[in-house]
Amino acid sequence: MTAAVRAAERGAHVGIVDDNATCGGQIWRGAEEEHGPDAATWGSQLRNADIRKLFGMRAFQQPEAGVLLAEGSNDVCELHYTNLVMATGARERFLPFPGWTLPNVMGAGGLQAMVKSGLPIRGKRVVVAGTGPLLLAVTAYLRKQGAEIPILCEQTSWGSLARFSIGLALHPAKIAQGLQLKKELAGIPFVANSWPIAAHGGQVLESVTISRSGKTEVIRCDYLACGFHLVPNVELQSLLGCQMSGGYVQVDEFQRTSVKGVFCAGEPTGIGGVELALVEGQVAGLAAVGETKAAQRLFGERRKARRFARLLDRTFRLRSELSGLPSAETIVCRCEDVPYSRLQEHRSWRAAKLHTRCGMGPCQGRVCGPATQFLFQWNPDSVRPPVFPARVESLGRVGSD
Amino acid sequence: MPDSTSGAVTLSVNGSPVAVPSGATVAVAVAIAGEACRRSVSGEPRGPLCGMGICFECRVSINGTPHCRSCQVLCAPGMDVRTDG
Repeated sequence: MTAAVRAAERGAHVGIVDDNATCGGQIWRGAEEEHGPDAATWGSQLRNADIRKLFGMRAFQQPEAGVLLAEGSNDVCELHYTNLVMATGARERFLPFPGWTLPNVMGAGGLQAMVKSGLPIRGKRVVVAGTGPLLLAVTAYLRKQGAEIPILCEQTSWGSLARFSIGLALHPAKIAQGLQLKKELAGIPFVANSWPIAAHGGQVLESVTISRSGKTEVIRCDYLACGFHLVPNVELQSLLGCQMSGGYVQVDEFQRTSVKGVFCAGEPTGIGGVELALVEGQVAGLAAVGETKAAQRLFGERRKARRFARLLDRTFRLRSELSGLPSAETIVCRCEDVPYSRLQEHRSWRAAKLHTRCGMGPCQGRVCGPATQFLFQWNPDSVRPPVFPARVESLGRVGSD
Repeated sequence: MPDSTSGAVTLSVNGSPVAVPSGATVAVAVAIAGEACRRSVSGEPRGPLCGMGICFECRVSINGTPHCRSCQVLCAPGMDVRTDG
């Protein structure tokens, strides 16, 4: 978004392609004016700029350098570019535990997205659990929409949260956000050292067992909103051959990847939240149109935002106890219903895929990949096209005119 | 966020009419209808997990097209949605 605006301001011919029905990513979701003055300004700048917008289109294949194929609900289009800025965002990390496949066990961001899309939540009981700052924002949002939140469980320790608060001192904007959140969360039991160990129900979720500072407790609820911080969406970058480092896309000071003409901004270069994404996008957009001097003026702001990214990383690291949550029967790969016990027989992601079909369903390992990375320290192999399931007639476009 | 006062859209989920606020996604309509989106390969009921088009757990048929991610599609009047379950 910020890359497109900055590049268009300089007169470049710019197009945006987004899998979502509107711009603004998973948080703003086209309602920028509800997210403060900064967001509102970016939203109106984008709307008013001379930018071609293709929403509801997902890029799934690169037939040749400089060309991407994207599929919409009824069509497929060829996108030709000189420079490409990839801002593919992040998704929640999900960890398997008994009962996590029951309907109404959702990601924290997942439930928030559903409520933003019209799911009635007033009067519903929602247990929020997992790790990361997203849990706080989601809890505040759900409560504002009328949900009852019996408990908010954060797996990290009180000590690590205390160090996080001290670290926040360097980020005044975050302190203000934090204080606002504290006000909005008043009265909701917030517990650290706590995580879900099982979800119960027949056809749908009825209750959750949590481990609360070493003791177990069963809580009745309508929804469990559960996510373990974020993992970057880097499949498309892998497909294009961008160099990775520690699971993230490697970029230089101008957000350039190792592939000529391809830039990357936001969560795929390191989970750092909205401020970092906004500034990285601007640097990428400016650099893509050759405005390196203007881009350099944003380096200071970016450096500060990156410090916050490192703080997040330290604070919300997963505790080892979470790898002991699945039982033998717990499904790990939800697409292919592969249980934990079948995966234990294998030594690598590749062997598990070949023998059990783990990671070979429609999500292409986007859910079970990060889970098995944590549970078994497996690393995913190379990404193959299409990076999203595509219709046969769309695939037919590959290599044709 | 969809505005519940800006009128409702009526569509059909497994043959029964469901009214949703305009701007709601098909995943929301399925939830309001009280249905699971799909059955897993071993027959478990499943509903949306990620809410953002990544997990494919919310797949349904829309107007005869199978495997649509219901969380990514907005409801339209008269839409015919079929779940697996």
